[in-house]
Amino acid sequence: MAAEKMSIAKALNESLRKALETDPKVLIMGEDVGKLGGVFRITDGLQKDFGEDRVIDTPLAESGIVGTAIGLALRGYRPIVEIQFDGFVFPAYDQIVTQLAKMHARALGKIKMPVVIRIPYGGGIGAVEHHSESPEALFAHVAGLKVVSPSNASDAYWMMQQAVQSDDPIIFFEPKRRYWDKGELDTESIPGPLHKAAVAREGSDLTLVAYGPMVKVCLEAAAAAQEEGKSIEVLDLRSMSPIDFDAVQTSVEKTRRLVVVHEAPVFYGSGAEIAARITERCFYHLEAPVLRVGGYHAPYPPARLEDEYLPGLDRVLDAVDRSLAY
Amino acid sequence: MTVESTAARKPRRSSKRTSAAKTPAKTPEGSEPQLVQLLTPEGERVEHPDFEIDLSADELRGLYRDMVLTRRFDAEATALQRQGELGLWASLLGQEAAQIGSGRALRDDDYVFPTYREHGVAWCRGVDPTNLLGMFRGVNHGGWDPNTNNFHLYTIVIGSQTLHATGYAMGVAKDGADSAVIAYFGDGASSQGDVAEAFTFSAVYNAPVVFFCQNNQWAISEPTEKQTRVPLYQRAQGFGFPGVRVDGNDVLACLAVTKSALERARRGEGPTLVEAFTYRMGAHTTSDDPTKYRADEERASWEAKDPILRLRTYLEKQDLADAAYFTALEEESETLGKRVREAVRAMPDPDRLAIFDHAYADGNPLVDEERAQFAAYQASFAEEGN
Ligand SMILES: Cc1ncc(C[n+]2csc(CCOP(=O)(O)OP(=O)(O)O)c2C)c(N)n1
Repeated sequence: MAAEKMSIAKALNESLRKALETDPKVLIMGEDVGKLGGVFRITDGLQKDFGEDRVIDTPLAESGIVGTAIGLALRGYRPIVEIQFDGFVFPAYDQIVTQLAKMHARALGKIKMPVVIRIPYGGGIGAVEHHSESPEALFAHVAGLKVVSPSNASDAYWMMQQAVQSDDPIIFFEPKRRYWDKGELDTESIPGPLHKAAVAREGSDLTLVAYGPMVKVCLEAAAAAQEEGKSIEVLDLRSMSPIDFDAVQTSVEKTRRLVVVHEAPVFYGSGAEIAARITERCFYHLEAPVLRVGGYHAPYPPARLEDEYLPGLDRVLDAVDRSLAY
Repeated sequence: MTVESTAARKPRRSSKRTSAAKTPAKTPEGSEPQLVQLLTPEGERVEHPDFEIDLSADELRGLYRDMVLTRRFDAEATALQRQGELGLWASLLGQEAAQIGSGRALRDDDYVFPTYREHGVAWCRGVDPTNLLGMFRGVNHGGWDPNTNNFHLYTIVIGSQTLHATGYAMGVAKDGADSAVIAYFGDGASSQGDVAEAFTFSAVYNAPVVFFCQNNQWAISEPTEKQTRVPLYQRAQGFGFPGVRVDGNDVLACLAVTKSALERARRGEGPTLVEAFTYRMGAHTTSDDPTKYRADEERASWEAKDPILRLRTYLEKQDLADAAYFTALEEESETLGKRVREAVRAMPDPDRLAIFDHAYADGNPLVDEERAQFAAYQASFAEEGN
């Protein structure tokens, strides 16, 4: 099939459809995923075509959703659960952290936990409280979980396919403000493994590392920097746990400068992990300290302030300038 | 207080709902849910053996006025959202009687823990309605001091506040005070673990709390059947306290039932679950499209039970209000609408540095540092601009 242009939302929908078609053990569960097709319509039409037994509207209880998904996985099913918004995953956090993440290890590898937890995340859509957060570091910190986030339609499709096929629990963060961004999707050509980073743009003066919603911002920053004669490489991490440090190292050995960009607070964030590891691996290559651009150590602000809070083009370019000034 | 245990319940939706075999066994057809009702949809006063209420003409008109103004406020907020002045709005349309009835049952020293749709209760508590709009406009996360009116901030994470209410009530009891606490939540929220835990704690500690569940039949797209197989008020029984189902579109019944539950709490007899059986006439929020999941006829059938209309019919039949009263109220509504509109348009965006305000009560050096960096960065643009 030829490549087709579609939105991230549509690519996810197609990928979920494919997963339901391919494996009768795949289930979709969550609040409003049925008739409504989810509040973002990612599951649109799936209940109509696969029935209420496969696409399950659950009671309004996140701990219940994840807890029962664990039980279904124990019984051989492969549940894909939807948490409606980032801020509502916390009632399920206990089940995810204390149970889902540890089950395989506790059973000495005898049982598998093929559960995908889809979470629309991040800000930029003018929402009220608890609808704009980036809690990825909280999950990446937990051993046993894999944490990923696509930044484009092709990855949305393929990473979901890979997540569903994985026998490990996957926290699948969907950048909600990019849902309607369109990109090329080729459903035939199978891409590289789930945890591999991708070079989104080649450059030689500095590396920007990002994932999910911030990849687009970094690509725009790189394009703007180009006009000033700066050549910026953009690395799309795709996976926040594990992290493809080899790819980051390769890029940094070439460019010698690194800026990590994410929406989540900088303090104790994934940027800290990347900065520490890359400093260790690339100490003699670095021309500047690894810089981080991200959110503040303050509650995600009300919508009218989110443009100030979220890293935008200016803040990324400012960090680029600071790095290049060393 | 009675605990109805065998309330027959009419399935609300037609059999065209799919996989009927797997949905709960329905109680017999044709029987209305057993509701405490004092005012019928036709505006007739009826008696209930357990819930008596005797209101003066002034008080009845007061309830009517509250409902009318609340509806007007709500309509204005919906319009403001459509005009781009608010990012989102959660309308209470149809739930005025549940909120005004229960809200007017409260004493000043009682404490309210709302969810995010309790605009009518806020009105009863004396919270300026314009204060409710800040969070929906995106300028703040609250907008009022909860202790001024004993009306806590709106809570968006479903069900969380029922535990806060229970803990607050445990504190009230420890203090030896005779006030009561009320927690509002929806039928969907009843599925949350937090709500079950609130039931457990309140029962075990005999906390003076009333759980006021507005069963508006829907949790976004999910009907109540996706949350429970028993009528919600019956849940209370398993936790060891009484549950009552009240006609949520009957302001008199909501007032009487809530009053009785609050008095029970004050007497030290512990929690009560009140299920107000009502209907969300509009969308879940302005972001929602109910045509995706529910039939127009359903709303039409509930319009016949409109809470405001039925009290108006009663007032008119009983000659408790004349045309001049209704005209004056209409004018008052318009004035309120205008005031709300102007207040919202005049609401300034917060100062940028407000991002860092109140992150901690005792201050925090990291926040101070980030704030200073942020301020310097912002200032650099101003310099460039000059
Ligand atoms: C923990 C949590 N999960 C999901 C949501 C998203 N959400 C907001 S309102 C809502 C439906 C609530 O229904 P109900 O409790 O019946 O109250 P209603 O809105 O009908 O008054 C959902 C799923 C949320 N706010 N919090």
